[in-house]
Amino acid sequence: MTSPAIAVTELTKRFGSRTVVDRVSITVQPGEIVGFLGPNGSGKTTTIRMMCGLLTPDAGSGRVLGHDILRNQSAIKREVGYMTQRFSFYEDLTIAENLSFVAGVYGLPADAVSETLEDLGLTSRRAQLAGSLSGGWKQRLALAACIMHRPKLLMLDEPTAGVDPKARREFWDEIHARAATGLTVLVSTHYMDEAERCHRINYISYGKLISQGTVAEVIAAAGLVTVILRGGRTAEAQERLTGQPGVDQVAHWGSDLHVIGRDGPALRRAATAVAIATGARVIEAETSLEDVFIQLMGASTDNMP
Amino acid sequence: MTNFLSLRRLLTIIRKEAVQMRRDRITFAMMLGVPLMQLLLFGFAINNDPKGLPAALVAPAQDRYSRALVSALELTGYYRFTHPQVTAAEGERLIATGQVSFVVTVPSDFGRKVMRGEHPQILIEADATDPAVASGAIGTLGTVAAQALLRESGTEAEAEASAAQKLDVVVHRRYNPEGITQYNIVPGLLGVILQMTMVMMTAMALTREIERGTMENLLSMPVTPIEVMLGKVLPFFVVGAVQVMVVLTAAKTIFGVPFVGSLWLLMLGVLVFVMALVVLGYVFSTLARTQMQAMQLTFFYFLPSILLSGFMFPFRGMPTWAQWIGETLPLTHFLRLIRGVMLKGATLADIAQPLLTLTGFAVFFSLLALSRFRQTLD
Ligand SMILES: Nc1ncnc2c1ncn2[C@@H]1O[C@H](COP(=O)(O)OP(=O)(O)O)[C@@H](O)[C@H]1O
Ligand SMILES: [Mg+2]
Repeated sequence: MTSPAIAVTELTKRFGSRTVVDRVSITVQPGEIVGFLGPNGSGKTTTIRMMCGLLTPDAGSGRVLGHDILRNQSAIKREVGYMTQRFSFYEDLTIAENLSFVAGVYGLPADAVSETLEDLGLTSRRAQLAGSLSGGWKQRLALAACIMHRPKLLMLDEPTAGVDPKARREFWDEIHARAATGLTVLVSTHYMDEAERCHRINYISYGKLISQGTVAEVIAAAGLVTVILRGGRTAEAQERLTGQPGVDQVAHWGSDLHVIGRDGPALRRAATAVAIATGARVIEAETSLEDVFIQLMGASTDNMP
Repeated sequence: MTNFLSLRRLLTIIRKEAVQMRRDRITFAMMLGVPLMQLLLFGFAINNDPKGLPAALVAPAQDRYSRALVSALELTGYYRFTHPQVTAAEGERLIATGQVSFVVTVPSDFGRKVMRGEHPQILIEADATDPAVASGAIGTLGTVAAQALLRESGTEAEAEASAAQKLDVVVHRRYNPEGITQYNIVPGLLGVILQMTMVMMTAMALTREIERGTMENLLSMPVTPIEVMLGKVLPFFVVGAVQVMVVLTAAKTIFGVPFVGSLWLLMLGVLVFVMALVVLGYVFSTLARTQMQAMQLTFFYFLPSILLSGFMFPFRGMPTWAQWIGETLPLTHFLRLIRGVMLKGATLADIAQPLLTLTGFAVFFSLLALSRFRQTLD
């Protein structure tokens, strides 16, 4: 059983005359944790909805867990766990009632609810209305509800938005523990540190998939060079560097200045000259994923309609 | 079968809807409050016998008997003789133009018949277009007139006394071929109340999920269109049953509406009617995108169904085109059914026609709703 969990090609979705998802192809192997990244409005949610049978693509095709996404949407719904971006359980039902609803719809045994409550540590609060939970607890409830039927594939749409760092950490530990038992996970996010927790990432911008692979591969593929200017008159240095040949991004990081560009030699020449003029040291550095994404975003705005 | 309809999933949805319904205090209160309020409002209108209604007297003889009658009628408070001496033609014109609500005709041989102890007759023509107006006034008529004659005869003659007992008051309810009385309103009200709550509540069924953002989750689960539809409309049968009990109890105890037919037949009719209503509401909720739109659709439907169903105006008195529209409304058929059963003691065979029509509506609306239901967010 090595057929991919997700294999979709050239998915396209238009809303009116706007192409919101433009020929996106994604492959996810079983047991992988794959990140789906991109700025707000880039089409992540729309793509995920097409893959879990909630939207019909205008073009493209593919299979999710072996089921055709155009013809067998109901089979996909039975086997996939989908966590929506916005909390979409019933706020006027209690935690236990929400879970029993899910259990009933998936035909799960009666003790599934109490087990899940136990796992969540919510047994004592089972009679609390879901709407009265904090963001972090809502997210845990939603996650618990969508893995209750033991799906083989999880699709999580920005599951950690608005959740505090500790809860985020625990959430990712949970995801990794599940993946170790063979669960496949596709998770959308715009947090860089979360991207680095994924086995592979797909970066989408303005509806187009513009980079995919492991974090190292994505960074390498971008072909960026980064140098750091440390010390000296940072503000003046930033002003001088902006717009210089070879310099694509100049960003403050604490008291350092990160200077990033595609043309290494030109970048180093400009950086050295400015460093001398402002009394700073030049240090060679690794390019971060965030730098890459900012670069990619800048590039893809150019082909916006 | 499990692919289209699983009992477990259906019960799960029903339970969820029932809990949500119970928690939504305002809506829940409305479901029970609206029927009570409507009943009392309309009931008040029924009980509120309008007094001092304008009347015309056509009495060629103008003898003491007719004068006694007139003063007795005025004493009841219902009649006010604004036109105490008119000809038959004038009386006809006055009631036709609505200047008077009654025309009382005392024939010229009235006095003679009283003295001879024969059957004296008076004719009361009532403008019964508004049944509430006419009913109280007419109800008291016979005894009042008879007592007036008795008093007038005094000790004079036996013949006159017996004539009073034989007094024949002929009442013509005009402009109202179906002869609507106050009793017609309460059964009709049951239809209107059921329609109002059933359609309005189910029209919110899907739009509420869409507006609260829970639709995406619901659709991502393996529920089928038919399960969602049934799960969302079936709980309203319980609400409907409660409303039926409230209205029927009130009809009997407060308004004294007679119930001559079979209760089971009535329940059967109500069941089919409610079925048609809840799926109609559900159709609205598949058409609307927001709860506001659902509300508007509902009211767009309410207006003609109250005006053209025979609830407000006698059905047979409406122009043909209005009757045609009326035929397409479930309420019209339900009114025929319930008035038949409650007031006329209709049998199953008598109400087969409206029963079948209502079933047809229910099936048609269900198919429409299922074809409209989108299993995706497209
Ligand atoms: N149902 C819809 N109708 C019209 N436009 C939509 C709809 N859903 C999403 N969009 C638009 O498509 C774009 C992509 O949205 P989305 O997939 O939610 O992006 P992301 O999840 O990456 O933030 C946005 O510009 C959004 O406004
Ligand atoms: Mg999104």
